[in-house]
Order: sequence, then structure tokens, then C-alpha cells
Amino acid sequence: MPPFLILEGLDKSFGSQAVLRNLSLEVNAGEVLALLGPSGSGKTTALRLIAGFEAPDRGKILVGGEDVTALPPEKRHFGMVFQHYALFPHLNVRENVAFGLAGRKLGKDETARKVADALALVELPGFEARRVGEISGGQQQRIALARALAPEPRVLLLDEPLSNLDPTLRERTRRELLRAVRRVGITTVLVTHEQEEAFHLGNRVAVLHGGVLHQVAAPEELYERPATRFVAGFVGRASGLPGILTADGGVRIGDVIWPGLPAPDVGTVPGTPVELVVRPESLAFSSEGDRNALAGRVVERRYAGSATFYAVELAMGREVEVLASAGAAAEGDTVRVAPAPGGLPARIFRAAPEVLQLEDNPAGPPHVP
Amino acid sequence: MRSPAPSAPAVRETSTVTIRPARLAGPAPYAAALVCLLLAWLVCYPLLMTLLEALGGPNAWTLGHLGDFIHRQDEWMALWRSLWISVASVVLAGAIGVPLAFLFERTDFPGRRFLGAVAALPVALPPLVGVIAFLFLYGESGFASRAVQGLFHLQDPPWHLAGPGAVLLVHAYSMYVYFYLFVRAGLARQDAALLEAAASLGVSRLRTLFTVTLPLLRPALGAAALLTFMTSLASFSAPYLFGGGFRVMTTQIVASKLNGELGLAQVETVMLAVLAILALAAMRRVEGSAGAGGATGVRGIAPARRRLASPLARGTAFVLGWVMAAILLLPHAVLALISFVPPFTWTTETIPPVLDGRNWTALVTKPEHLRPVVNSLWMAVAATVLAVVLGLAAARLAAVRRRGVLAGALEWLIALPWAVPGTVFALALATAFGVSQPWLGRFVLIGTPWILPLAYLVRNLPLTGRGALAGLRGIDPALEEAAASLGADRWRRLGRIVLPLLRPALAAGAGLAFITALGDFVTSIVLYTYDTRPISIEILSSLRLQDLGMAAVYGVLLMTASTAAFLLWGRGEAR
Repeated sequence: MPPFLILEGLDKSFGSQAVLRNLSLEVNAGEVLALLGPSGSGKTTALRLIAGFEAPDRGKILVGGEDVTALPPEKRHFGMVFQHYALFPHLNVRENVAFGLAGRKLGKDETARKVADALALVELPGFEARRVGEISGGQQQRIALARALAPEPRVLLLDEPLSNLDPTLRERTRRELLRAVRRVGITTVLVTHEQEEAFHLGNRVAVLHGGVLHQVAAPEELYERPATRFVAGFVGRASGLPGILTADGGVRIGDVIWPGLPAPDVGTVPGTPVELVVRPESLAFSSEGDRNALAGRVVERRYAGSATFYAVELAMGREVEVLASAGAAAEGDTVRVAPAPGGLPARIFRAAPEVLQLEDNPAGPPHVP
Repeated sequence: MRSPAPSAPAVRETSTVTIRPARLAGPAPYAAALVCLLLAWLVCYPLLMTLLEALGGPNAWTLGHLGDFIHRQDEWMALWRSLWISVASVVLAGAIGVPLAFLFERTDFPGRRFLGAVAALPVALPPLVGVIAFLFLYGESGFASRAVQGLFHLQDPPWHLAGPGAVLLVHAYSMYVYFYLFVRAGLARQDAALLEAAASLGVSRLRTLFTVTLPLLRPALGAAALLTFMTSLASFSAPYLFGGGFRVMTTQIVASKLNGELGLAQVETVMLAVLAILALAAMRRVEGSAGAGGATGVRGIAPARRRLASPLARGTAFVLGWVMAAILLLPHAVLALISFVPPFTWTTETIPPVLDGRNWTALVTKPEHLRPVVNSLWMAVAATVLAVVLGLAAARLAAVRRRGVLAGALEWLIALPWAVPGTVFALALATAFGVSQPWLGRFVLIGTPWILPLAYLVRNLPLTGRGALAGLRGIDPALEEAAASLGADRWRRLGRIVLPLLRPALAAGAGLAFITALGDFVTSIVLYTYDTRPISIEILSSLRLQDLGMAAVYGVLLMTASTAAFLLWGRGEAR
């Protein structure tokens, strides 16, 4: 079956600033695609292009084989949930949810039934007569979803739908959101800057940075085999170590050679300067005698309940993050760090100019915001 | 009456809303161009014609009128008086308004809320009504003068309500409200944490006032000062009735026109317009920098009102507050009282000897008394409806096309009549629409019933247009986008989302526009005809005929309508 929603080579600039460059994406029918990226990555612009609030400078948007690029938003028949919900403050819940049904020439009873169905879907039955201002943030979010879904749109667009909720409410609402979307089985595009949200909600995740699409993949693949250095750093925690590619595919870092999985563009030429990007759980403290370990000192211990993270300043000047048991080391301890046996393989990237600069910068690995 | 344009309506925002430029398919460019042209014809064209004719154009170019202006000392005198009266009004109004704002915003005492509202009352009084109320109260045969005269058995009235002092008194009374309202709003916006930070750094209260509070109030003070300056520059009623030989620019223009020196009147008009437009430009700069100046990041909680602890202080504030309220309410009360004085029954007594409802009955039963009311009503309604439609259209186009040249032009066009004194506009309209040149867009409207509604419409555009624009900018663009994504086309979005959300701003603008038109004196006196004489002109002729009661009846009518509209406006402003 061909993809349901297709973005083809979308370009968008505001003035002289290019916000999106040659974005191509395909979303299958019934799939949830998460657009993940830091602020300014172009993800919201991509969503607004799909919704029709902005026109692309170049490229096409196809839905079910129909080119909708030139259609105004009101003719696209997409549903959207806005970051701040954009519930109409002068209308009550019923009028909000029924707003998109007006063009359908439905009878009064039919409209009421559809509103009730939509409210039942978001588990807020009987909320019809409430004022928008008198319901909680989480409820507003669900009403916004009900309003978007009531006209049975072709595509559902979610713009940071949970960012406006406090953290304790967020996870519960996220689960409810996912349940409702799955029940309807609607093709969905979601924008978020939070990895956890993207991984939870998205069947696949598209990572954007600086207006460029870096990788589209299922969460597992994104985490385990990031395609670019940016994805490796942005998705999950990671530390980078500069090194040289060896003939057998490992990376020489000072005196040691560590294994790794090369990214597609690294090649196999020995001597290529590369960066080995390694997750905290792929590193372990090792014994004094381990010849393949790097020496360092624990500069920070961060206890996070189910796990404990140790920031280790290596003798070579870099800082790495190691996941270990709560009592594995104390701040100030001299330790040795080596790849964890059986851990996720580290990823090898071509050394970028900024990696070389980083060597003079003792601030440590670029942490994920 | 000149009032600050109403600001954003009470649109409930869910939280901090990032306002993105609206990019929904906007109206076709020709719509914006069309509205722009119409506004230019109404607003700019008459001014341009006045400038041209002041220079003798287009048939006999001459600098003669300008020369007349430059060589005549009384012209320079009038210009100078307009300027110094305006500066003095700013100083006086600030001296009254700022302390009052601090008193009502930063301290608490019995009756604070009520008195705080009373202190804003003069803004609801049409200038001419305020002036006649002062006349009845402090004029040579007014209550206060008679009381003092009777008390000390004086031969002559104790004072003459005339000249610059009288003008300044009226200005101070009616314009301190700008300082009072702006500074109160500024104080309410200030973050208590700033004062606490200063205190924690060991800075005394007085030093905090001068180093923290007042610098943060600079935008509010600047805006109030410019508003007072411009209102005072445009003020006509007070200098016209109290000025006597003391001519300022506005009265000079009318005098020149009455003397038949139309060319000179046009030069004077141009001079005053230039002055006012300079002031408007300065105002927009202040408004522009206000946003940057007030940036302390997060908006905090305003400091708690300091409850006056000592009984003496509380007692003093209480007494002073009520004395102030009495002084402020006295003109209104006197007006109401005199409306019950039958014609020619009150001569030398301190208190009017006869009070009855004869004047009010006459208003309803005698057609010649009712006529001005009917005139003012239909003209104000027509002007207001048109001003709302045109102002809304211009604001909508300017808000949608927010970055274009047209948007900037539209914004200027709806703001301009607010800066240009009414006298200037009246003369400009008289110039532009006194001849028939249809191919140049000039028609003879002078002497027809249409000229006054047209003048009111142009004068009121800023009230409705700026209000609508502020309202539109206060609406989260995501609401319209949400409506669009739910299938609503342009007209449904306008009808179901934009207009309902804009209603408070539109109602406020329309209310203000209506009372301004209803009580207009300054344009009417230049443009009225006997058949279309409005209330204000009838007040003037009643005064001339010594029929004080009838003048007061009309005054009370205007005052009541204004207060009602002020309450409506206040409701629109309420958060």
C-alpha cells in the first residue's frame, strides 16, 4: 500500500532564513509519526506546512494521492490540536466540538450524537455544557483532541500537545492521547521536542535539526543505530571520544582500541579521524588490570533512583558518562572505564570540525538539552 | 472628547501565547488597497487640500497667506500661547494625577475603591459640558462666586473666570485623569519583587521610589504627558468660552474663518496640524520604546497596598479623599441642579429661588428644543456605525497583512485623525468639500446634512479602528487557524470567532465614538447648519440667550450618555 501522507522536497524560508530544506517524508495510513527536534529545528514549520497555515516555497504535499499543496487549510480536512489548544473561549465545550461539523449539514440530533461520541472517545462524556475556562488543562487538551477528531479528518496533527501540562499530568494524558488515537486509527503527525514523548507516541520518529531531516526510523533503531552525530547526541545520553579508525574497524583512542558500529558515511579507510559516541550503559568501570580501559577520575555522581550516572574525567582530557550501580564509586575516586561487556555497541561518526574544537574545550561531551 | 483608544479586549488566554504572524489566506490585496484609498480620501485628502489652498494652489500659487501669518504678531502669540498652555497643562495635570495614582494604588483606606472610581470621572465629561459646569460653578454668577460674594458682602464678584488661568483650571480638572489612569495601570503592573529586591539591598523607600519605581513608570508618564499635551493643544471649548482676548491656535483659526480670512485660517490650520503630527510621531516612539523599557522578563505580582496604620493618616486620607470627591462631583451636581431652574428666575440670589421641571418638559414638548437632540442622535449613530465598519475593515486588513506597506499605511490613516485637532479637521473638511470637482473627489457637502456625520466619522475612526486593531492583536492567531483547520472559511471565521472575541473592544470603541460624536462641539461650530444644529451648538445659543436651565438640561443629557458609555467602556476594559 502506498504511503497515505507524502511530503516531497519541501523548502521554506522566512525572509533570508531557511527554516526547512528539502524535507521529504512518508507517513503510512494509520501510522503515528513524531517530528522530533530542538527548538528552531523546523518541526513546527513542517507541521504548519502540512496543515496549510504556511505555503512551501518549493515541494508538494500529497494526501491519499491528492495534491493538497495549494489547498487552504479549511479545504484540507485535517484535524489539528494546538500547543495551547486554541479552544474558542466564547463557546462552550459542545459548541467547540461541534464547530467542525457545521459544514456537514447534519441534523441537530446527528450533531449532538457526534459530539457525544467525540467526548466519549476522550473519556469526558457529559462535558457538553461546560465553559472552556472552567475545565482543567488536561481536560482542555482532551477537548481540543475531541474537537479535532469530531469531523473525522483525514490526518491528525498534534503540535506539542502535552507541553502545556505539568509533568505529573503529562504522562497520564499521553497515555490517554495514545489510546484515543489508536482507537480511531487515524494517520497522525506529532511535533515534540521531548524524546520520551516521541518514543512513546510515535511508531516512527523523524529527527530534524536546522531545517534538515537527519533520520526517520523506529525508536529502537534511532537509539541503537543513530544515522548522524546529532541524532546520537539528541536522542538519549551519549559521550563522544575522538579517535582514529583502525584496520579492523575499531577506534584507537590514545593507547586503547574500542569497538564500534560505523555510521553509513564513515567508510573503512584506516587512519580516518572519527568520533566514537557511546551511551552511558555501554560503559562500565573495570578492574585495575584491564589494558583496554581508560583511566580517569569521578567528578560527579548523579543518583537517579533506578540508575546512577557517573561523570568521569578521563586522563586524556575528555569527560564521559558511565551508568553503574549506586555504590560503584564515589566522587574523587580514580577509576578505569571500558566498554561494558555485551552492551550496546558504540557508534562511529566521521569527526566533525566542531569535534576537533571540542578537544580544547574541557566542558565535556555535548549534553542533550 | 479625546480619550485613550480602548486597548485589547478581555480575551481569555490559556497561558503565555506565542503570537505568530497570521498567514491564513488573507483578503485579496485589492481590498486593502481599496480601504486604504477610501481612508486616504477621508483623512489625508482634506488636509492636503488645505495645505494646497493655503499656498494658493493649484491656480494662484502664493506665499502671501504664509507671509501674513509670519508677519503678524498675534499669530505668533497664538502659537506661543498654545504651546505654553499645553506644557503648563501637562505639569498641572501630572502634579494632580500622579500623587492620586500613588494614593489609590499603593495605600488602603476606607472608601478607596469608590473614591478611586470617582477620580476617573472627569474623563467621561464632554469638554463643552465640563466648561459650562465650571461656568455655573465658578463663573461670575456661579454658585461658588455668589457664595463667597454673599459671605463677605462683596460689591463685585470675587474673581473673573477668564483668561489663561481659567483655561488652565479646566484643563487641569479634565486632563489629570490621563496621568491618574496611566500611572495607576503602570503601578499595578509593577512587580513587588523589584521593591523587595531594593529593600533587601538596603535601599531606603525614598531612594527606591526615585531609582526603581519612577524609572519603570517612564513609559506611562511619557504617554500621559503626550496625551495631555495633544489634548490641550487641540482644546477648543475652554479657550473659546473662557479665553476672551486670550487666543490660542484653535480659537484663532475659527476667528480667522469668521473674519473671512480663509487663506490665513488655512495656514494656521496647517501650522497646528504639523505641530500635532509631530506630537503623534513622538507618541508612537514612546509607545514603541515602552515595550522595551518595561521588559523585566516575568510579570510578577503588584505590591500589596500599604494599609495606612496610624489613625491620623487614615483619617487624613479619608477626609482628603471625600473632599476631592466633592470637588470632582460638584460640577456634575451643579449642572443637574441648574437644569431645574426655570428661565430668567435666578438673578441675584445665592441659591436659585425656584426649582421645577419646566425645562425638561420643554425639551420634550417644544420641537425647537427637541430638534438638536434628534439631530445629534441620528448623526452620532450614523457616524458611529460607519466608523465601526470602516475601522474594523481597516484594522482587520492591517492585522492580517501586518508587515506590508499597506498595513503600515492603514495603521497611520486610522491613527492620524486622533492626533489632528478637531478644529483642523473641521477647516480641512470645509476646504475639501466646499467646492464641486467630482473628478478630483470633491463634492459640495458644506451646508448639507452630510458634512457633520462625515466629520464625526473621520474624527471617530481612531476610537473604533485602533480599538479593533488592539483587539485583533490580542486574539491568539491559533484560534483562527483552529477554525480554519475545522473547515471554516474566511467569512465563518470572521462571524463565529473574530467578531465575538472582538465584541468588547468594538463595543468600547463604538461607545466612545458615539458619545464623542454626540457631544462634539469643536468640529460642529465650524460645519453646522441651522437645520443640523447639534446639542453642543444649542447649548451655546441657550447660554447666549441667558437660558441657563436649558443649557444645563442639554449638559445633563450629554453627561448621562457619557457616563453610561464610560461604564460600558470600563466593562470592556475589565480583566
